[in-house]
Amino acid sequence: MDRLRLATVWLGGCSGCHMSFLDTDEFLLEQADVAEVVYSPLVDAKEYPEGVDVVLVEGAVCNVEHLAMIQRVRERTRLVVAFGDCAVTGNVTALRNPLGGALPVLERAYLRASDPPGAIPEASDTVPELLDRVVPVHAIVPVDAFLPGCPPSGPTIRAALERMIAGEPVDLPGHRIHFGGYGQPPSPDGAEAMPSRAFRGGRPRGD
Amino acid sequence: MAVTTLRLNGAMISAREGQTILEAAREAGTRIPTLCHLDGVSPVGACRLCLVEVNGRLMPSCVTKAAEEMDVRTDTEQLREYRKMIVELLFAERNHVCSVCVADGHCELQNLAEELGVDHIRFDYLAPECGVDLSHDRYGQDDNRCILCTRCVRVCDEVEGAHTWDVAGRGARSRVITDLDRPWGESSTCTSCGKCVMACPTGALFHRGASVAENVHDRAMLRFLITAREEKRWTV
Ligand code: SF4
Ligand code: SF4
Ligand code: SF4
Ligand code: FES
Repeated sequence: MDRLRLATVWLGGCSGCHMSFLDTDEFLLEQADVAEVVYSPLVDAKEYPEGVDVVLVEGAVCNVEHLAMIQRVRERTRLVVAFGDCAVTGNVTALRNPLGGALPVLERAYLRASDPPGAIPEASDTVPELLDRVVPVHAIVPVDAFLPGCPPSGPTIRAALERMIAGEPVDLPGHRIHFGGYGQPPSPDGAEAMPSRAFRGGRPRGD
Repeated sequence: MAVTTLRLNGAMISAREGQTILEAAREAGTRIPTLCHLDGVSPVGACRLCLVEVNGRLMPSCVTKAAEEMDVRTDTEQLREYRKMIVELLFAERNHVCSVCVADGHCELQNLAEELGVDHIRFDYLAPECGVDLSHDRYGQDDNRCILCTRCVRVCDEVEGAHTWDVAGRGARSRVITDLDRPWGESSTCTSCGKCVMACPTGALFHRGASVAENVHDRAMLRFLITAREEKRWTV
């Protein structure tokens, strides 16, 4: 059997999801027997190739480069996985959306929050133009599987990849698939049996 | 009169006089997801997460009294889909960023998304501009995370007796307010008891100084206070 053609893509995210991918440890070596990484920020490939089987997409779509890239990725890939909260929900990358379009965001960052005030980069500069709204991957192209988490944990990534390599649906019972922080499984009822901080008047942690 | 001809997912169960479908189902060991419901304060039917099918019609189980001849289903395909949709709409309505939220890991909305299998939001995010009130010296309030469940309003009114909170505005512009929309820190009714913070299901009310994932709502203390009031049992 041919090795699975695997790719990873980095859009508007912090690279934490890729770090978590590396955190699958020895699985990376085992996986090399059955999957070939054909494109990734972690390998030296310039062009996103044709005929990719599975791609893990980290990050939200926030500028014109991301927009072109995700469309190319969708055309050339069988299974697109939204990888991590930024790709799935917009997450921290989308924090700017309530400010309005791209211009108010740039003014806030380069003029008002900068001391001394700088200059807003020109469209002709090397940086890609911002979109007015940061959106999750599935707002632009159809997505085949969602792997939320900020970042998704190493074991969850591994389990998802194992399913995909085996050609099975990415259904992960027992993996506590949830939005939010790594290693922070939500408590059963959102509450904890502890004496009240309000009554002790103390700080929430470290007191 | 007790209700004796009630069916829950096909099985006959009974309910006491005045019990809601939610209470009867819980006693029978059946979990129905809830969000605005809080034991010890009056139900309002605000979130619709507790929908069940009663003789083919959808009803909120937290405000519907059990009655004779009811055939209740709690877990149909349609109910599962609607519950998912409700949770997704709550995420889409305000700005929920679990990874940097004070309630990460201690949030009923986040837990429900996990339980119901919500792994992405199918609706466009509204991304509204929202205020954060840090004028109170012990607690903070963040509209970005509020789901308008009104637990704070009810617990402050019915348990603390202060009635500091209310809801102002309509539709997507609704917001919880303190004392006719004065900053919380300037409220003359708030006793700083912290019950609203204990009751809030999300990161909308929090202890000042709590950073990401550090705010714990302490429902145990609230349960203790409510049991004490209702059953006059002040020692554990
Ligand atoms: S309130 Fe809950 S669902 Fe909303 S961002 Fe915070 S942890 Fe996530
Ligand atoms: S701290 Fe107590 S009195 Fe103040 S608003 Fe909250 S519940 Fe009401
Ligand atoms: S502040 Fe919290 S308790 Fe009050 S309505 Fe909003 S989510 Fe509910
Ligand atoms: S729990 Fe019944 S409507 Fe919210």
